[in-house]
Amino acid sequence: MSGGISGRALAPTRVEQAEGWRAPGQDAGWLNPVRERFLLSLLVRKELRVRYRGSALGMLWSYVKPAVQFIVFYIALGVFLQLQRDTPAYAVYLFSGIVVVNLFGEVFGNATRSITGNQALVTKIHLPGELFPWASMIVALVHFLPQLLVLVVGALLFGWLPSATSALAFVLGIVILLVFTMGLGLLTAALNAAFRDIENFVDLIVMVATWLSPVLYRITMVEEAIGGTVWWWLYQLNPLTIVVELFHVAFWRYAPDVVEGVAGDPSLAAPGEPFGLWWAGLLIAVAVFVAGTVVFERTKRRFAQDL
Amino acid sequence: MTPNLESVPESAAVPTAREMVRVEHVTKQFSLRHNHSLKELVFSALQRKKLSDTFLALDDVDFTVHAGETVGLIGFNGSGKSTLLKTISGVLFPDKGRVLLRGRVAGLIEVGAGFHPDLSGRENVYLNGAILGMTRAQIDAKFDEIVAFSEIEEFIDTDVKYYSSGMFLRLAFAVAVHTEPDIFLVDEILSVGDEPFQRKCLDRIRELQEAGRTMIVVSHELEMLERLCTRIIVLQKGRTVFDGDPTTAIATLRDS
Repeated sequence: MSGGISGRALAPTRVEQAEGWRAPGQDAGWLNPVRERFLLSLLVRKELRVRYRGSALGMLWSYVKPAVQFIVFYIALGVFLQLQRDTPAYAVYLFSGIVVVNLFGEVFGNATRSITGNQALVTKIHLPGELFPWASMIVALVHFLPQLLVLVVGALLFGWLPSATSALAFVLGIVILLVFTMGLGLLTAALNAAFRDIENFVDLIVMVATWLSPVLYRITMVEEAIGGTVWWWLYQLNPLTIVVELFHVAFWRYAPDVVEGVAGDPSLAAPGEPFGLWWAGLLIAVAVFVAGTVVFERTKRRFAQDL
Repeated sequence: MTPNLESVPESAAVPTAREMVRVEHVTKQFSLRHNHSLKELVFSALQRKKLSDTFLALDDVDFTVHAGETVGLIGFNGSGKSTLLKTISGVLFPDKGRVLLRGRVAGLIEVGAGFHPDLSGRENVYLNGAILGMTRAQIDAKFDEIVAFSEIEEFIDTDVKYYSSGMFLRLAFAVAVHTEPDIFLVDEILSVGDEPFQRKCLDRIRELQEAGRTMIVVSHELEMLERLCTRIIVLQKGRTVFDGDPTTAIATLRDS
């Protein structure tokens, strides 16, 4: 495609602007989701309705999937591989990681498909394109809430009580996760409009994500295996690792069983407690978000003709 | 269905001097990429083969539309009518030249593009109103009028997938004509519904003309356009071949 598409050449001059002229298809860019809240809320409602059309269980499916996942992992890893023997409250440990990876997978996957999935709209009506990936994120958050509720109830059953540290760790974790994943999602949504291979690639990343962050096993086991190498640093700098560890701090680390266990087994404590490399996670997340937004803004004018 | 010519009202449009749309030397090129895959991209890069053929959908199109005008765009299939309309509405962007607008635009580009079969009629009215740029308050205020226009009051809370195609089009058209834009872009929608409904649509268009709205209409219904429009532009392979009096424009297209 001969790339003569530059926003500046199309824009009206200042004199013309004063006369009320504007170019078609101009919008508030990355601020659109805030400006167009009404339309965004309607798109979210549409997604939620469409998702469970004709299904008897409806929203309950967002409990069923993580529940099955949890049971399978718990039996295979906790019981058969005996991870629960050395990890007190392993169920809470496992589930707090699973909810992170699930939210990541859902936001990332849905955002990637959001432009191609709304082809009918994108190719026919001018709409602020950012609304589609943002709507996907909000839908994913709606599905995340029941899982979070189950996690909190589970943690309370293990004697965990909320504290300032856990609240802060949770907020840090969710902010890093959403900023990071939206950045990736904007990037892949834009690329997927041109090359449909991207969505398969994203599915692959989501599948691998569960294993490349300390969801199933403890981070100290990774340190024992590859500590001191560059891989260990990369592993630690993975924003998902950082978020999963923050969730462990929020829901698992200060449960009575674990606090008791740390006395006998110092390896239960993660490096850099309580918030670890949160600043690195936030920095990477913001950088990815900026990169994703820039790519999205630069390519969105071509969505209608690429689809 | 071809509208009964008797039912087409005479144009009520009154052109004024105020410019509303400027299309300045717009050129649009499309690349015909055969499919969307990275594999193809990589292979063509390795073989140094040209990946795509291009064709010129719009070639130096230049015209101005004034407030109150109803401009028809005619031409055979593939002449660039819809591409031009999409460029004006901001869905596509010109490669060369530029488009300037004054005021709010609403496109009736394919009625029902934003409709979702799994939502009820009511939800679709809100979703589409918002897609076409209305605020919540505006839709609330117009809701009853829209439903009355579409004549499907009793089915408004039924999912749209159970609608007949006529009901669907009526509701979609009703939303679109109630968005009150300054500039209306209409793509081949005047042939929807049965005859009474068509007459209603055309009356509505006449009302909009009387209210001084600017309209750009694409259609293959030449006789109807001749009566509705104050001016017609003939496109041929992306170029403007005629711009002016409707009767002459239609003769030009028929001769070509």
